Amino acid sequence: MTTEAPTIDLSGSRPRLRRERRVRRLFLGAAVTSILISLLIVGSLAGEAWSFLSKVDLSSLWDMGWFPRRDMFDIKTVVTGTLLISLIAMVVATPLGLGAAIYLSEYARPRARRWLKPVLEVLAGIPSVVLGYFALTWISPNIVMRLSPHAGVFSMAAAGIGVGILVTPLVASVSEDAMRAVPHALREASYGLGAKKATTVTRVVFPAAASGIVASLILGLSRAIGETMVVAMAAGAVGGSLFQLNVFEPGQTMTAAMTALAIGSDQVAGSNNAFQSLFFLGLLLFLMTLALNLISDRFVRKVREKY
Amino acid sequence: MATRAATPSTTDLVRQSIQGRRLGFGDIAFPAALLLALLLALLFLATLLVDVFVRAWDAFSGRGFSVVTSPLSLNADTAGLWQSIMGSLALTAVVAILAFPIGVGAAIYLEEYAPDNRFTRFINTNIRNLAGVPSIVYGILGFTIFVRFVRAVGAGGGVYGKNLLAGGLTLAALVLPIVIITTAEALRAVPSAIREAGFGVGATRWEVIRYHVVPYAAPGILTGTVLTLARAFGETAPLLLVGAATGFFSVGTAGFVDRVVGPYTALPVTIFSWARQPGADFRSLTAAAIVVLLVLLLTANAAAIILRNRFERKW
Repeated sequence: MTTEAPTIDLSGSRPRLRRERRVRRLFLGAAVTSILISLLIVGSLAGEAWSFLSKVDLSSLWDMGWFPRRDMFDIKTVVTGTLLISLIAMVVATPLGLGAAIYLSEYARPRARRWLKPVLEVLAGIPSVVLGYFALTWISPNIVMRLSPHAGVFSMAAAGIGVGILVTPLVASVSEDAMRAVPHALREASYGLGAKKATTVTRVVFPAAASGIVASLILGLSRAIGETMVVAMAAGAVGGSLFQLNVFEPGQTMTAAMTALAIGSDQVAGSNNAFQSLFFLGLLLFLMTLALNLISDRFVRKVREKY
Repeated sequence: MATRAATPSTTDLVRQSIQGRRLGFGDIAFPAALLLALLLALLFLATLLVDVFVRAWDAFSGRGFSVVTSPLSLNADTAGLWQSIMGSLALTAVVAILAFPIGVGAAIYLEEYAPDNRFTRFINTNIRNLAGVPSIVYGILGFTIFVRFVRAVGAGGGVYGKNLLAGGLTLAALVLPIVIITTAEALRAVPSAIREAGFGVGATRWEVIRYHVVPYAAPGILTGTVLTLARAFGETAPLLLVGAATGFFSVGTAGFVDRVVGPYTALPVTIFSWARQPGADFRSLTAAAIVVLLVLLLTANAAAIILRNRFERKW
């Protein structure tokens, strides 16, 4: 008696749904690959670094210098070298990068921006091995040796300036993005109160973009600490180095020490202590850059939440 | 009367404060200093290019194109870049084959499929951090994992796994996060109206992605990929750990398989090892190698920019 409503299947065709699920799983697998890579990195570093630490005499980690062949693995030598070179790099990259970013974001006319920005991108695309050669053959004789008559061909200063040039485009592009993200209403409000352009830029736009600018500097620092080729080519001290604070002298960084171990200029290979120190340095480097990247990530997210 | 004349009238005061002071020294010096910073950065670039080209001139004028076409050698008069260029191109091909599909797939999952939960956010944070890991650390990954992997699958050749395949895997892992980030940006730029129109006529998510989202995002994805491959092409440090030859080697009459699993080198690695050689000959030769590298990279960059301008859409 009762007329039943015809039931219509709205779930779609089975083969299409099956394919949908297959594709989704495939893409999920691709995304999970990135986690796998992270795990492999941590695993490959931690394992060998642990076996290095358990074999080596712990007092050799606080010694006169970094000479892996003589079982002297002084951490403060390589960390100080890394920090000194990164500091010089940031002294170069901060004014150049921020200046370029403020100019491009606030002052440049659209036409000037259209060709200035790609040129800056070209600078960002120059491989670090090329800047290493430039640091060694041009920066060292033309800048560093003029600053200090005692400086040799290889010096931490030359490497630091080279790394600074390498980091400048990164600082510029991240902080420019942050300043362009500042809403126009803020600038207009400032002009409305009678502020001049320079006042608006320094008192309104710059503070509003502060977290993004800090993020760009931390990111630059992280990149400078991890930079390898410029330091390996221009800082010298390939075989090892005594603890060194004079930037006009050759110095050893974590990355340069790793390169030296990798290409065997220390005549080491196999699984002896010297070679395994490579993994220890790698772990140290990984943890330092990871911490900096996490901090900078937090700053970037702050900008995004605000606007 | 005299005192009245000395104080400016109210009209003058108001006019003065509306017009403001004239442009002071700081108003001109500030933008000038900013422009100076930008130009100084560009000046370094110009100096680098001029310096390298001038130094390379000796090698190119003396030897012509044999610098490019000769095999590696320890003798500066005969050394050439052919093996290095081929090695770099082969490495880049391996990177493209591995990193492009995985990277684009991962980006599609994260942008189009993934729910906004803790797991997704974790993957995203993880990818951003991977992009910031120093390249030499990827070398360690290659040395401990990929070299062993290549040896384990029987493709180790005479170099115990330190070959093109291990190098390519290492560089692919290095650029994967960058491919994911640039692809995700390109996908995000596609307006959601496009997707909704697709769903509205009954397409499944994959059909919408396949026929609507990806075609619209393709120029951005391709440009990003080309730029990323250029980055892999110029990478040196990780390859030093996975056995790119810093000396010279001969391929002789080796067949295709032997070349793939045998010793290899790459253009940036050759630049590094030549820069360490003493003598003016090698200094000029190094500059010549840098010129070759920069010409190849700038061609790739220009191609990417032309690609972007040709296909870019405004919404």
